[in-house]
Amino acid sequence: MIRNILEQAKKVDAKLSAISSSAKKHTIMLTRATLDPSIEPEDDSSFEEIPALLEEERKEILHLQGLKSDLLEQCRNLTPADRVVLARLSSRPHITDFIPALFTDFFEQKGDHLYDEDPSIYGGIALYHKIPVTVLGHRKGSSVEENLSCRFGMPCPEGYRKAMRLMAQAEKFARPIITFIDTPGAYPGMEAEEHGQGEAIARSLAFMSHLSVPVIAVVTGEGNSGGALALSVCNRMLMLENAVYSVLSPEGFASILWKDASRHEEACELMKMTSYDLYENGIVDEVIPEPLGGAQTDPTSVYRSIDEAIYRHLKALLKMSPKEVRADRHKKFRKL
Amino acid sequence: MQFSRQNKPHPDKDNDVFITCKKCNRRSKKSQWISHYYACPVCGKLKNISANYRLSIILDQGSIRMMDTNIMSQDPLDFPGYKEKLALAKEKTGLMESAVTATGKIGKQKVVCIVLDSRFFMGSMSDAVGEKVTRGIEYATKHHLPLIIFAASGGARMQEGIFSLMQMAKTSDAIEEYERNGGLYISVLTHPTTGGVTASFATLADITLAEPGALIGFAGPRVIEQTIGKKLPEGFQRSEYLYQHGFVDQIVPRNQLRDTLKRLLRLHGMNVKEASYDS
Repeated sequence: MIRNILEQAKKVDAKLSAISSSAKKHTIMLTRATLDPSIEPEDDSSFEEIPALLEEERKEILHLQGLKSDLLEQCRNLTPADRVVLARLSSRPHITDFIPALFTDFFEQKGDHLYDEDPSIYGGIALYHKIPVTVLGHRKGSSVEENLSCRFGMPCPEGYRKAMRLMAQAEKFARPIITFIDTPGAYPGMEAEEHGQGEAIARSLAFMSHLSVPVIAVVTGEGNSGGALALSVCNRMLMLENAVYSVLSPEGFASILWKDASRHEEACELMKMTSYDLYENGIVDEVIPEPLGGAQTDPTSVYRSIDEAIYRHLKALLKMSPKEVRADRHKKFRKL
Repeated sequence: MQFSRQNKPHPDKDNDVFITCKKCNRRSKKSQWISHYYACPVCGKLKNISANYRLSIILDQGSIRMMDTNIMSQDPLDFPGYKEKLALAKEKTGLMESAVTATGKIGKQKVVCIVLDSRFFMGSMSDAVGEKVTRGIEYATKHHLPLIIFAASGGARMQEGIFSLMQMAKTSDAIEEYERNGGLYISVLTHPTTGGVTASFATLADITLAEPGALIGFAGPRVIEQTIGKKLPEGFQRSEYLYQHGFVDQIVPRNQLRDTLKRLLRLHGMNVKEASYDS
């Protein structure tokens, strides 16, 4: 359902932008003609026609805007399957959008300094409201080439070891850690297995559980399986409204349980993977609302609400002593 | 001992000589080379620069204080011809050893800066180099100062044998102590960083930067080629190769080094001022 709505909204958007640009052109022509009566029109149309045209365009714009808000209105009651679609949209803001929007002075740190550089984990040091923090997360990439080089946000063991290297430094310099979760899961590949995918994830879980600096995880897209958990052993888990977080992708869930991946929509209902379900279950600490139709319709407002939420939680966490921070995290996971 | 920035571009045209780039074979005026921090004005290939010049382009003008200038190599093995070669190197470079250690300021933040000079025995690690580096690190530990090391080395100093090898353990020990005390260590790998220096303090940093096109590795390319009997691919063991393989955080051109270091100090909570000779 959501796919249809989004497609229609896209068409309406395209029409809207075409009409507004032509309206803009006409307005400019009209202004010029008023200022300098001797000027000749560029095309066949005459200046007398322009006011009528403009009026028509104005009406059309209003009509389209109405159409769009009707469409978005239909997004009020989304099914879990709809949210999965939204969470996976390539136009949805990713970590490479969040970092410049929320942080300053970002210095990217590359490589695990052991074997390889994994572009599917992106991170470094940055200032957040003038506080030095370590920020990292999954990178899916926004073009096809980037998608391929980042393996669509599926990290290899090298990625997790890089994340641990960054977090160890954060611990050393007492920097809070902010992670952005958006991954279909850890990379299922031969090399990844040979290099110890399981061990790397396990090590990351153990390592994060004993960090004495505050960790805030923000689930921004889809978070599946250990691949997502490996970066989200945190003090506070925040989640965008339409993000999803679960043990496995719904496709994988359906194929394991019913040997039929096409029943994924049914799986979505059962898995309790939406932000509100997780909030009820006490796994997520706060749901960050998105504009109607998903984060991609108005990224700036999403940045603002994420910023507000992170800042509020970070402020509270920074009042704790290192020991309290560790105990706080322990308590969060012990009760689950 | 106090240094000023002697190598500023001088407008004195009569003294301008031409320097030929080894890579692209194009000649450019010396004043142009200097204004590009000794990167070829045509192709960008970096020329190796002296330790003192390196300090002068990184640290605030007038803030440099040299440390341990009297430490020099002892020739522990009585190696034939070594003393003469040492004397020659000293005369050529005006240095006592290939390591130069100093304190200075970057944007008014005091730092310890250690530079290996590749003109002196190819920056190889003698016991004096190990001692100087270790003392520099210990000074940084004691005074809680950030540590910046510009590595450039052909490896161990063969003429000093086992004493050279032991410097690897000594310097690594000092670094570990420094880091456990919470110090910030930034390592800048410059051309060439190989052997015992790569395998000790140069790669133990919190932040590892590299200059473009620098040769960085443990075994040198000639040794590897002889061992495996194969020609190595173009670009093997260069900064860019290490960057792709996840050993270097960032590759930084020479003209952006100071700014990058400043930014890193700021990101580690230090109060770095703009100012000094940047203007």
